[in-house]
Amino acid sequence: MYEFDWSSIPGALPFLWEGMKVSLEITVTAVLFGIVWGTLLAMMRLSPVKPLGWFAAGYVNLFRSIPLVMVLLWFFLIVPQFLKGVFNLDPNTDVRFTSAMIGFALFESAYYSEIIRAGIQSVPKGQVSAASALGMTYAQAMRLVVLPQAFRNMVPLLLTQAIVLFQDTSLVYVSALADFFGAAYKVGDRDGRLVELLLFAGAVYFVLCFAASQLVRRYQKKLNAHVAH
Amino acid sequence: MSYQWNWGIFLSPAASGDGSYLSWMLSGLQTTILLSLSAWLIALALGSLMGVLRTVPHKGLATLAATYVEVFRNIPLLVQLFIWYFVLPELLPFGLGDAFKQKLDPVTQQFVSAMVCLGFFTSARVCEQVRSGINALPRGQKNAGLALGFTLPQTYRHVLLPMAFRLVVPPLTSEFLNIFKNSAVCSTIGLLELAAQGRQLVDYTAQPYESFIAVTLLYLAINVIVMSLMRVVEAKTRVPGYLGGK
Repeated sequence: MYEFDWSSIPGALPFLWEGMKVSLEITVTAVLFGIVWGTLLAMMRLSPVKPLGWFAAGYVNLFRSIPLVMVLLWFFLIVPQFLKGVFNLDPNTDVRFTSAMIGFALFESAYYSEIIRAGIQSVPKGQVSAASALGMTYAQAMRLVVLPQAFRNMVPLLLTQAIVLFQDTSLVYVSALADFFGAAYKVGDRDGRLVELLLFAGAVYFVLCFAASQLVRRYQKKLNAHVAH
Repeated sequence: MSYQWNWGIFLSPAASGDGSYLSWMLSGLQTTILLSLSAWLIALALGSLMGVLRTVPHKGLATLAATYVEVFRNIPLLVQLFIWYFVLPELLPFGLGDAFKQKLDPVTQQFVSAMVCLGFFTSARVCEQVRSGINALPRGQKNAGLALGFTLPQTYRHVLLPMAFRLVVPPLTSEFLNIFKNSAVCSTIGLLELAAQGRQLVDYTAQPYESFIAVTLLYLAINVIVMSLMRVVEAKTRVPGYLGGK
């Protein structure tokens, strides 16, 4: 029978915390980037300018058809080489991590864009007509009338997507970036205690994501009750 | 830029001695498809069972199924995969773990772990779809079944599930697509599926663009083929009178 030995975890906590900070940093950056770029993509997709719509549709469908692992590998292995070639960068500059980060954010934006598009479409058309009747331009109608309402309806979905994204960050493992999972794996590998460290990592992810999703659920209930009255 | 494009690289003999680099690609593609399809069978079976359990009027069973879903939804796929592959064989009782490690060759070990992992991971999502399909049915259907003298299992078997499954085909399509994409995660335990072959090709051929473009196009092709297949299934199973129905 396997004998557990959890003794390597307490000493490794500071190192694991450093990893967790990287995971959280990636999450926050990608969520912010995803919401901004995702909103732009959604507005392009819904705009009356056809080429913009095609671009956004192509972008979203492309990123949603490729595995995240492939996107990360592209941005970790291929894109840095390409950039070095084009811009004649010093061969010693390491842009691989930044590049992987950008790839991750670009990927997640495609998913955010779909949520935001649905949110915008959930606002009744009459509101846009009313806004233009009041003399607002399309941009003003979007900014002052449609988006504020759309975002309020979307908050629970955006947060749920953030939880998914936090779980996705573990995949930066393929780019050897030391996030929480990478740190846990390293400690386990070093001490020959992979079993304990992997179970510990799983438990930490579970507690964080479960707690976060319960909070979102409660918030959603409150929002629904508010709308019902 | 001084990059030398060479699409002929796929036809040149591979470093392993047998076949060309194209045959590496195809064997990766084959593994990806086999892995995804076998995991999908596990996901459908387990997910349907759990989805039914979530709706039965029995507190214990419903809680069990709900817990199952939470566990598999709140741990990243990569962590789950490593637990199936590195942890479980150590913990299995009665020498099963040792048998797994010693009797099976490494490739089979990787494949089995990956298949079970993807199957369980996806089953939690299938479960939620099946549950929402059952809950979307008018309550009268269940009551009518029971009033006709069906037992509860018979009501599920003959009244609720045939309808619920037809309702959830569209959301299941997207889970089916996801399982192919998620299978790329299994390259991390050394399973030589499509993404891993692409990466290996970069190391062996020094033609990174060609191999990555080829792998990406193959994933896109899988996506398009699965989507058009599922569109046929969706059209065949659509329920007249329901949203999206005729």
